[in-house]
Amino acid sequence: MKRQGIFVNIGERTNVTGSARFRKLIAAGDYETALEVARQQVENGAAILDVNMDEGLLDSEAAMTTFMNLIAAEPDIARVPIMVDSSKWTVIEAGLKCLQGKGIVNSISLKEGEAPFLEQARKVLRYGAAVVVMAFDEDGQAETAERKADICERAYRLLVDQVGFPPEDIIFDPNIFAVATGIEEHNDYARAFFEGTRLIKERCPHVHVSGGVSNVSFSFRGNNLVREAMHACFLYHAIEAGLDMAIVNAGALPVYQDIPEELRERIEDVLLNRRDDATDRMLEIAERFKGDGAKTRVLDDSWRQLPVEKRLEHALVHGIADFVETDTEEARQKADRPLSVIEGPLMDGMSVVGDLFGAGKMFLPQVVKSARVMKKAVAYLLPFIEAEKGDGPQEAKGKIVMATVKGDVHDIGKNIVGVVLQCNNYDVVDLGVMVPCAKILETAIEEKADIIGLSGLITPSLDEMVYVASEMQREGLDLPLLIGGATTSKMHTAVKIDPAYAAGPVVHVTDASRAVGVVQNLLSGNAKARYADQIRQEYRKMAEGRRRGRTDRERITIGSARANKAEVDWGGYAPPRPAAPGVTAFENYPVRDLVERIDWQPFFTTWELRGRFPDILDDPKYGEAARPLWDDAQAMLKRLVDEDWAKPRAVIGFWPAQAESDDLRLFTGEDRKETLDIVHTLRQQMPRDGGKANLALADWVAPAGSGIADWVGGFVVTAGPELELKAREFEAAHDMYSSILLKALADRLAEAFAEHMHERVRREFWGYAADESLSNDDLIAEAYRGIRPAPGYPACPDHTEKATLFRLLDAEARTGVKLTESFAMWPASSVSGFYFAHPDARYFGLGRIERDQVEDYARRKGESVEWVEKWLAPSLAYDPDEERQRRDAA
Amino acid sequence: MSKPNRLDALNRLAEQRVLVLDGAMGTMIQNLKLDEADFRGDRFKDHASELKGDNDLLNLTKPEAVEAIHDQYLDAGADIILTNTFNATSISQQDYGLQDLAREINRAGAEIARKAADAHAEASGRPVFVGGGLGPTSRTASISPDVNNPGARNVTFDELRAAYLDATLGLIEGGCDLIMVETIFDTLNAKAALVAVREAFDEAGTELPIIVSGTITDRSGRTLSGQTPEAFWNAVRHARPFAVGFNCALGAKELRAHVAELSRVADVKVSAYPNAGLPNEFGGYDETPDQTAGHLGKWASDGLINLVGGCCGTTPDHIRAIAEAVRTAAPRTVPVVSRRLRLSGLEPFEIQAA
Repeated sequence: MKRQGIFVNIGERTNVTGSARFRKLIAAGDYETALEVARQQVENGAAILDVNMDEGLLDSEAAMTTFMNLIAAEPDIARVPIMVDSSKWTVIEAGLKCLQGKGIVNSISLKEGEAPFLEQARKVLRYGAAVVVMAFDEDGQAETAERKADICERAYRLLVDQVGFPPEDIIFDPNIFAVATGIEEHNDYARAFFEGTRLIKERCPHVHVSGGVSNVSFSFRGNNLVREAMHACFLYHAIEAGLDMAIVNAGALPVYQDIPEELRERIEDVLLNRRDDATDRMLEIAERFKGDGAKTRVLDDSWRQLPVEKRLEHALVHGIADFVETDTEEARQKADRPLSVIEGPLMDGMSVVGDLFGAGKMFLPQVVKSARVMKKAVAYLLPFIEAEKGDGPQEAKGKIVMATVKGDVHDIGKNIVGVVLQCNNYDVVDLGVMVPCAKILETAIEEKADIIGLSGLITPSLDEMVYVASEMQREGLDLPLLIGGATTSKMHTAVKIDPAYAAGPVVHVTDASRAVGVVQNLLSGNAKARYADQIRQEYRKMAEGRRRGRTDRERITIGSARANKAEVDWGGYAPPRPAAPGVTAFENYPVRDLVERIDWQPFFTTWELRGRFPDILDDPKYGEAARPLWDDAQAMLKRLVDEDWAKPRAVIGFWPAQAESDDLRLFTGEDRKETLDIVHTLRQQMPRDGGKANLALADWVAPAGSGIADWVGGFVVTAGPELELKAREFEAAHDMYSSILLKALADRLAEAFAEHMHERVRREFWGYAADESLSNDDLIAEAYRGIRPAPGYPACPDHTEKATLFRLLDAEARTGVKLTESFAMWPASSVSGFYFAHPDARYFGLGRIERDQVEDYARRKGESVEWVEKWLAPSLAYDPDEERQRRDAA
Repeated sequence: MSKPNRLDALNRLAEQRVLVLDGAMGTMIQNLKLDEADFRGDRFKDHASELKGDNDLLNLTKPEAVEAIHDQYLDAGADIILTNTFNATSISQQDYGLQDLAREINRAGAEIARKAADAHAEASGRPVFVGGGLGPTSRTASISPDVNNPGARNVTFDELRAAYLDATLGLIEGGCDLIMVETIFDTLNAKAALVAVREAFDEAGTELPIIVSGTITDRSGRTLSGQTPEAFWNAVRHARPFAVGFNCALGAKELRAHVAELSRVADVKVSAYPNAGLPNEFGGYDETPDQTAGHLGKWASDGLINLVGGCCGTTPDHIRAIAEAVRTAAPRTVPVVSRRLRLSGLEPFEIQAA
């Protein structure tokens, strides 16, 4: 199983063994300056602070205590967790005694045997810290993959079984040693780390793997270019193997793709121990790469003859990044100050982009590409601007703090909005995905933001947005709140979010191209109040209208709805027995097989290019934007396939099942005696006429007692976390365009995978349509037998049923797809659902349901009514708060 | 009822409804207007320093007064009463020169509450429980007492641990059903207490449920030592408490948001016992029983809490009103939280992929 983590930036400068400066400060007792080192680390983004006082001449325990107590008095340092780092247990204990938060102990090991290990582990647990465990036992440090894994597994069993240590609080460090040292025994060290990591992740569920990366390149001291390239390559393979955390100077890492092919190959020969002469060839090439290897490729075009200002404009409008640094440099030499380049030709160029976009002559993909060029130019100028100690770039028009809310992982739309706002000279602070409310508010206050923007794609995020709004109200904020994302709506914003935040304006933004207009209005001194007022009036009217509308909207009781269920002639039906019952997992699924199943239309919709595919490529309005986007997508898809970026995974399963009213009882065996799990479905409650039924998914599974042995299936497919990581690489290189493009492609691949897998299910694994033969258009039009409804979508809007599905399939372990607290799937490019095979089964929308069904459903699920109301909020035909007040009053 | 049976009953009841804690002890004792001689009793009549105000000492010198207060809360409907041991650690008793009696005061405190609870259970047929209270002590382990020397401390982790061990052993000997580490201003003090409580369990050969209750000191929404509710929870979760919550400092109205945040993140039961509003200009509390109960009843019906009671300024009448207000509400459903490496400094930090 391969899994990937999100990199944790651990500040390592407060370590006397790693930083000569810090060591001198501590030795001299200059704790005040030492504290500044810690502060800088946190300011520069360290999420965890590593503190180490292991120096022979120091009283390490006293130094640890003193420094930790001083840190505790500095809120801007103490806000992050501390890693208490020492090879001496007494020093670790001294550190833990000063730590009110939950930190990490670095490290303990089996070096001295089991007794001291167990004693230390018990203490760590009582002090309340996570722990790093070195792959080190009585016989020494583990060098081979097998020994690394054996030692870690032994430690894992002791920790989990004997000490009761939570496995998620264990971080293994399987030792990174130097390679290319000239000593033959060292040649396999890096490969052993990768393989060891893979084995550890396999054998020790929930643990993390960490390591200090700089050791690996120790032989190339003095040649930072080569060292950093080695670190990037090492990380690439280590992450693939399952590394979650690393101590590394992240700022000095090149992008893996940017490492010259020749160098990369020889580094990988060494790391993967691919050939006997790898070290020699590496030494040879290291000499050559001491200087600056990268050379700009020159490409002549007529626009290159234009004056530099026009060239920059051309590059911005056409999104050509190739020459932007040389052009920027030329402009800089002409300008009086580096800042003038930004304020002059670059901003002028972006205004042209903004005008074209506003006039509908440029479209999102092009604008995002322009932004990439702009970012590159600004990044080039920044060192000059800083050297000049001038002011920052021209003051932005306003600052917007944006986040995908807690529990949600979807960010394509938010990223696009961010880029568009930046192009229009707004300062955007993007907090990323799964951002807790407190973090959003604090950042908004700290950054003195003018606007907060929230994004989310799954329905539980709606609740979280209401919560954020109510917290803004509680905190006494009054800045505007923007709401966006696929699941959000003007109606929900009007009915739920707007009332929760009376102190400030709330605006639902339908798409990225509207964002600039909305933000402009909200930040325009005079017009602001009137605009906000207008919106609020509109929302109040909508909310009021809905309240009145609701009373007219009739529902029937759940009992009557059940009496009107779909009529299925069970007598004339023999359910097919799956050819492959039980659970089947697929790893590293060939991307090539999925590409042909891609439905491209939604891909263009992501970019706000609306039209039928492939007609859109020749569309008079959108064609010009759609064609290059199509080309870029194809080129990236080709790289994705050729360079093996994606490792799609899937798991499917089929279980004996019978319907019991609206529930599906799944059994462990075909004797249908022992219950495996219960799947809960919901039934339409709108009044029906004309012979139409009130549907529930359970209608298409043979009822218990009918004597007909039926089956239900389920699946999870994912494009794989590798692509998320790849997208982050692009982001780190200021290439938001490629990142968004890749994420949009990953989404398409996941959908294509679901389609493809469903086809194989029909033909092979369930096998009830072995000779089915349909075109891609037929597939998209769903002209086949059977359905695959997904929890959270119209036929079964309860996202929490995903937990059952994941349990049935053991999907997290088998695919690496995880559920967030809001039951979103991470990575975002994943699809899950149930399989139904009955020929009558079809997709439907549940519509809104009444409280009687909610109460019944809560009973069936063993949850409270309030809990069900929370998760089904968008599907309720009533307002739970009003309903409760009404009942209380009665 | 034997202790194992009582703990079963506690777990069962907590699944069925919102449990009610008692109200203030300190303000109830103040109302008795006891004088120096009452505090001294016979045993300490020659003690060198003043003892008036050492409420915990009354466990030895005026146990009937303490028991009478417990009785009032039990009659008002409290399911769990808290021992009169808020300041009974050796560190706090140092102020009165009685540090050597800490274990005895705790033991007596637990015995008094035990007696009251057993008598009430016997008479009413209703199981009630004794929470052994461990207060914050008069010192803090992560905050300097000296503005000019931020690294200075007037108490160490080990001193706190020793004091809490002594106190916990007394509480266990006196027969309490739960341990309540409460009114936590400084999480490091609480962590020392939690280490000590486990050591006491080892020593006494028993294990009791633990309630960990922090204090949000003002509207910043943080503990005195600077932690947010989620950071606080991450820092104490290792103790595997029966419940986690907040008490004191704020009234229900101001405390709600913080309890709500805890309720979202904690995968154990959530408790809360706020003050009767914010103190007025004379340091008194004005919130009426109906007002307090109005807020807390809403918390319960909103599914925020599992255990609820009152802190400073609340009276048996408050508890009666609270018990009535939460009587029919379903207890909060403990959420299932995914396995993640969750750390904290003053703020929470979660490693997102495992």
